[in-house]
Amino acid sequence: MLMTNLTHIESEDHFNQTLSENKNVMVCCGRMGPMCIPVYEVMEELEDEYNHVKFVDLEFDSAHSHVIRMLPECQTFNGLPFVVYFRDGKVVKATSSIQYRDQVTSILDEHFTVEESIK
Amino acid sequence: MNTDYDVIVLGGGPAGLTAGIYLARGKHNTLILNEGAIGGQTVLTHEVANYPGVENINGYQLARIMKKQATDFGCKIRSNVKVTNLELSGPVKKIEINNKDTFSAKAVILSPGGRSRELGVPGENEFKGKGISYCATCDGDFFQDKEIIVVGGGNSAIEEADALTRYASKVTVVHQFDHFQAYEHAVRTAKENPKIEFIMESTIAEFKGEGKLEAVTVKNLKTAELTELPIDGVFIFIGYVPNTEVFKDVISLNNYGEIEINQNFETNIPGVFAAGDAIQKRYRQITTAVSDGTIAALNTMEYLHD
Repeated sequence: MLMTNLTHIESEDHFNQTLSENKNVMVCCGRMGPMCIPVYEVMEELEDEYNHVKFVDLEFDSAHSHVIRMLPECQTFNGLPFVVYFRDGKVVKATSSIQYRDQVTSILDEHFTVEESIK
Repeated sequence: MNTDYDVIVLGGGPAGLTAGIYLARGKHNTLILNEGAIGGQTVLTHEVANYPGVENINGYQLARIMKKQATDFGCKIRSNVKVTNLELSGPVKKIEINNKDTFSAKAVILSPGGRSRELGVPGENEFKGKGISYCATCDGDFFQDKEIIVVGGGNSAIEEADALTRYASKVTVVHQFDHFQAYEHAVRTAKENPKIEFIMESTIAEFKGEGKLEAVTVKNLKTAELTELPIDGVFIFIGYVPNTEVFKDVISLNNYGEIEINQNFETNIPGVFAAGDAIQKRYRQITTAVSDGTIAALNTMEYLHD
């Protein structure tokens, strides 16, 4: 179990439901490790600021993490966490390893606009 | 929102959080401004086993406890902010952050900490997380039965090279000098490990690949000879750099970019103190950062009372 205040993806069905119910979704797939924790903290802080984006995490070692790990966009990744940004259920950006607030907000601002959040 | 404080602490690692605990407990209105995640380098440590009074704890959990102690005493914390402007010379110190919020205080403690040093060669940014890593415990298992390089010759590099042989089929240590800075026992352990090889007096000149890291160019620093090595991963442990760029035209730094302080942990500017990994000192441990934070806070309180 990831010790964060984010919504945890609990199953493949839960993952699919999250994508279908939210236009903009940021998924952080990792462990409670040093490269992952800063990303979770950034996401927790951005939840209020970017309320047009759904922020969720997914435990890397869980049985259902294949929904992220097996994405074509993640096949060259060798560093945790795998962070994937979905718009309308499709991958618009994926990053590997630690990301700082500026890097995350830059991606959010580029790919997710407030007007697009209505679904 | 209140923007006037008795003390502003820049940096929320162990030094800054300790200063926050002492100041807030002393009933001083205190704000910690932190650029990254609270805890600094501590959260990069999987297991802290040498912090007195705590037998074994995850670095993240230790940082969380320190943060809770600080906030329970009334210390305010804002993390993931970037300082954009500093006016520290007068009796009222002013600090502006990236969203244009401005804060003022009678005294400031600088505890910005440090970050992993990067090689700064072509391809490094491109292949971060795609073959280049700065954390063995995080990413080691991606390199099961793969061949990897560890760059560096200090304790972190040599100890992590040994640890990475649990996963990798072969680990090559690339080091710029003809000797190691690591403790002798760590070097001996690495040299006795049959999976570890060494390339001395050399450095990585370039990272190469298509979509992921596939090779490096190794430069022999004595002969300038360049050799391309196919490789699956590279772990870089070449020390830390202080996060003091924002202070370079404001306070005195030494040639390494470390903050110069006097015996009271005060910088060249009255009312501006410093603590933690970014100050000039030899040893950088959680315990020494906590000590620095304590001393800086106590001296700051004395400054406020004068």
